[in-house]
Amino acid sequence: MTDQELDAWIDVGTAVLGIPVDPAWRAAIRLHLGITVGHAQNVLAFPLPDEADPAPVFQA
Amino acid sequence: MTDQRFTTAAEIAHKVAEGNLFASDVIDATLERIVERDGGYNCFTTVTAERARARADAIDAARQAGQNVGPLAGVPFAVKNLIDIAGLPTVAGSRINRAHKPATADGTLVTRLERAGAILVGALNMGEYAYDFTGENAHDGAAHNPHDLTRMTGGSSSGSGGAVAGGLVPIALGSDTNGSIRVPASFCGIFGLKPTYGRLSRAGSFPFVSSLDHLGPLARSVVDLALAYDAMQGPDPYDPVCADRPIDLASEGLDAGIGELKVAVAGGYFKAGLAPEALAALDHIAAALHATTQMELPEVARARSAAYVISTAEGAALHLERLRSQAAAFDPDVRDRLIAGTLVPAAFVQQAQKFRRWYRNEVLKLFDRFDAILAPATPCTAPLIGQKTFVLNGVEMPLRPNIGIYTQPISFIGLPVVAVPVSLPDTMPIGVQIITAPWREEVALRIAHNLELRDLAYAPQPEA
Repeated sequence: MTDQELDAWIDVGTAVLGIPVDPAWRAAIRLHLGITVGHAQNVLAFPLPDEADPAPVFQA
Repeated sequence: MTDQRFTTAAEIAHKVAEGNLFASDVIDATLERIVERDGGYNCFTTVTAERARARADAIDAARQAGQNVGPLAGVPFAVKNLIDIAGLPTVAGSRINRAHKPATADGTLVTRLERAGAILVGALNMGEYAYDFTGENAHDGAAHNPHDLTRMTGGSSSGSGGAVAGGLVPIALGSDTNGSIRVPASFCGIFGLKPTYGRLSRAGSFPFVSSLDHLGPLARSVVDLALAYDAMQGPDPYDPVCADRPIDLASEGLDAGIGELKVAVAGGYFKAGLAPEALAALDHIAAALHATTQMELPEVARARSAAYVISTAEGAALHLERLRSQAAAFDPDVRDRLIAGTLVPAAFVQQAQKFRRWYRNEVLKLFDRFDAILAPATPCTAPLIGQKTFVLNGVEMPLRPNIGIYTQPISFIGLPVVAVPVSLPDTMPIGVQIITAPWREEVALRIAHNLELRDLAYAPQPEA
């Protein structure tokens, strides 16, 4: 993702969540969001069947 | 009395139980050492001197009355300041939590160690809200590595690593979500046990990522590590993750030897980014254990990615309200990561949790062939305090998120690990992970003890 796309995501997401962001924080937030997106893309690229259960299992 | 700085917990407990040492003398000497040395280490955030002296007097009185004073009688210990201590706010390395009401009771593990005769002497520095591998903290200052005060202890159990390595206490408790016991154990040159997920109760501790959080001990000897671990085992209705399993004492079998055990070395991902000293340490332990088979954990890089996604999203969700109302009060290095974490879509997290189950099933198959797997604990020895980047696989990377590259894929599926310290000439100590199948902590501890008996893994004594 481009810096502009990440910045747009930060703007919308933090507004929705009500998190105030000082402009001085943005570069670091963008850095960490970019790292996370990279890791998420790595996870999403792995095919799993629809029936795959997530690791945590609730017991009634 | 003689300097107890590097006396083991086992030796203290034996002498106290035999009446050859007063617990009150042990505590007086411990408190003096903390005053003398912690100005340089910055490991303690609170010293519970009055409580410790009262507890020591009670143990001495009980011993003189002929009562059983327990396997850890008179042993001083301290806990990462995310574990509840009655009468103190549980700050978890933060400024924000200092406004919390004092804990009304001790955390379960504190209670269990004291039930075994150990004596709490204080709370320890940590990375804010445990989202850290460096040992730096904007509010309390960085913990300093006793082997080189200019270097990091590692985190987030920074004070736990430094206090044990520096001889302030023989045992400390830490937490490990992605490596926060094993990283400081590696950088500080001590032993650390991250038990199986669900083995030790987390009740009475401030969480980070409930899906991945573990508590465990750090010590300078494997016997001490096992004594503490044994004392803390058992189900706990106050932690829904704590397994309803019988206590599986590890101390009794430490001397059983390792003759029949099959040990492999994790290659591929685990060797790609290693600094020469980390590779040398891994080779040193592998040779000692005749571990000639190299194997690869399936999809391990993806496992690390999934652990990363779950951690940042779940950790951020925990702190959402504080980010809304008090963002400026966070440690900036933590705040910015947490804000990024709030933005992670649920679909990313859910897929990571599905992958987690797949990965667990595949990795467990390896334990049909091997009893233990060796892997590096950290890619390098302790970086300098203040260092922001390091070179990994030939690429300059941010330091803070990447120190745990070799620990994250293991705790991701809750496998037990003992980090053992390797001290080679002309370099800082560094750790190697001994990884076993779930609920087989005793195997990892047995291997670690064998290495210790042969002086192949030991906690070096710092000069500082």
